[in-house]
Amino acid sequence: MDSSILSSILFATIVAGTPLIIVALGQLIAEKSGVLNLGAEGMMAMGAIAGFAVTLHSGNPWLGVLAGMAAGIAMSFIFAVVVLTLMANQVASGLALSILGVGLSAFIGKPYESEILPTVGAIRIPLLADLPIIGDALFNQQALVYFSWALFAGITWFLYRSRPGLILRAVGESPSSAHSIGYHAIKIRYLATLFGGAMAGVGGAFLSVFYTPLWVEGMVSGRGWIAIALVVFATWRPFRVLVGAYLFGGVMVVQLFVQGSGLEINIPSQFLSALPYLATIVVLVIISRDQNTVRLNAPVSLGQPFRPEA
Amino acid sequence: MIRLEKRPEASQLMSYASPLIAIVLMLIGGLLLFAFLGKNPIEGFKVFFINPISDLYGVSELLLKATPLMLIAVGLAVGFRANVWNIGAEGQLIVGGIAASAVALYFYESEGIHILILMVIAGAIGGMLWAAIPAFLKTRFNTNEILVSLMLVYVAQLLVSWLVHGPMMDPDGFNFPQSRMFEDPALLPLLSDENRLNFAFVMAIGALLVGYVFMYRSFAGFQMQVAGYAKDAARYAGFSAKRMIWIGLLSGGGMAGLAGMSEVAGPMGQLTEHVSNNYGFAAIIVAFVARLNPVGIFFASLLMALLYLGGEQAQQYLALPSSISNVFQGMLLMFLLGSDVFINYRIRWKEATA
Repeated sequence: MDSSILSSILFATIVAGTPLIIVALGQLIAEKSGVLNLGAEGMMAMGAIAGFAVTLHSGNPWLGVLAGMAAGIAMSFIFAVVVLTLMANQVASGLALSILGVGLSAFIGKPYESEILPTVGAIRIPLLADLPIIGDALFNQQALVYFSWALFAGITWFLYRSRPGLILRAVGESPSSAHSIGYHAIKIRYLATLFGGAMAGVGGAFLSVFYTPLWVEGMVSGRGWIAIALVVFATWRPFRVLVGAYLFGGVMVVQLFVQGSGLEINIPSQFLSALPYLATIVVLVIISRDQNTVRLNAPVSLGQPFRPEA
Repeated sequence: MIRLEKRPEASQLMSYASPLIAIVLMLIGGLLLFAFLGKNPIEGFKVFFINPISDLYGVSELLLKATPLMLIAVGLAVGFRANVWNIGAEGQLIVGGIAASAVALYFYESEGIHILILMVIAGAIGGMLWAAIPAFLKTRFNTNEILVSLMLVYVAQLLVSWLVHGPMMDPDGFNFPQSRMFEDPALLPLLSDENRLNFAFVMAIGALLVGYVFMYRSFAGFQMQVAGYAKDAARYAGFSAKRMIWIGLLSGGGMAGLAGMSEVAGPMGQLTEHVSNNYGFAAIIVAFVARLNPVGIFFASLLMALLYLGGEQAQQYLALPSSISNVFQGMLLMFLLGSDVFINYRIRWKEATA
């Protein structure tokens, strides 16, 4: 294979994996505290439209990212009130959030459907970007790509090397024990949920402001759900989230290259487009076959409501 | 200060009142939304909720829209009662619609009642097959059925897109991505000449009755109810969890497939990429608002259908995107889940000094 093709596949893979990393790491934090928020799809959709609209009006993509983050936080706050304060079922509430977010984003986004944003330039890291094959892919990228790596490093440190991270994990394992030794389990779950929402919003904004860069109804097209699946696939470990996200990114871009390659391959495009979803199912099957791995790594109280005995 | 206090036992009254509270909150939310959008809230309310059903034809359209919702919701409710989370009814509906369309096209230009009967069977089986994938993976590999059934929605959408662009495309259709229009023998009979309401509505009422008998009068239904309330108790009693997963997913899938059939053989009269109008997801809301009860499903489907029709009216008369329906639907479910807290808890006002 031509090395320039390899290089551009690598480049596109990293870009496609980036929103998955950001969203999945946010969900990872929420899930580590015991909160399962199935609303990632809705939060991403809201982040995408908020980011797009604000970027279009302000001309500043970074304001757009902040707006996406704010939209994600607002959505996850609704979720947090319903499941943490009002103790509603997390599965049903997450679904409701997805339905609400996808619907609301389509509603808000209607007037923006024909708009296009200017492309945001990449940030080139001198010298490193000149490396063959991997140079462009790793060191001549969108700022949010670098952000996703920083996020990964930060979260790994936070979870395994910092005291607040330890407390967060304790709340996820046993909120009642954490509560009884004086930690405010509900407050910690609130913060973790809002962080998950913020990252989902940023991931959504990445799609509409940097990746496409336009707004189409339903443009998140399952990435929020794939991010949730990624966390399971990664058995709640940040490094495996990173690896998994690039695997999925690779699956997502491969079809574009097959279609653009001019090769006489007689596969309908729909079959290639279905690959990421099928891949998600396959990895879920592989990971869940081994029950012990999942059980050992899943936060024990995941999805369980908690109410301190007053 | 407001404080929540656990009730000694769950409030029966609140479990019926909370859907009504949620509906009221949704209406208030709607009024605020209209006001926020610079529309007269009263006018908006009238266009959205009153206009669609102001005449008999409107009511028939309401029942027509409610039909797939009733079918799917009652099928999903069977599984939801046992905590089997089939979220992919949208995909199962599409595959059911594809299967029924395949029968219709196979018997193109022939006659006989067997065509419709085979379409019904094919629709239900198509939906069940699609739901069997998460059921198999759940029972065999313990794979999360929520994520698998949801991923299959996207796969089903791509599948129907491929079919109407390829093998099932109308050969005389100027390359439009849609199948041939079905002929009369492949269309569900209308209930009256005045409107579009068809036999599927009768099937939906039948499904609600069957669902009621299954849930409240059959042993399997009882087992699933027990499993939903107390998983360990069900296991201790020796109820097969795998069997419940299969029943839960297949009933949802079969009913969703039937709904797909009723769409292609009903108001659409052909297979297109837009077999479903989000019915698979809206039916999840219907099932919850109805407290997984068939009688409730009847009324909740009417409400949800009204939200669909209201969205169409709002598009036409208020120049608002029809996706406003989804906003109302999402709000409704959110409010419902929130107000459910009062089933098990009550509000106590405590002195601020405490």
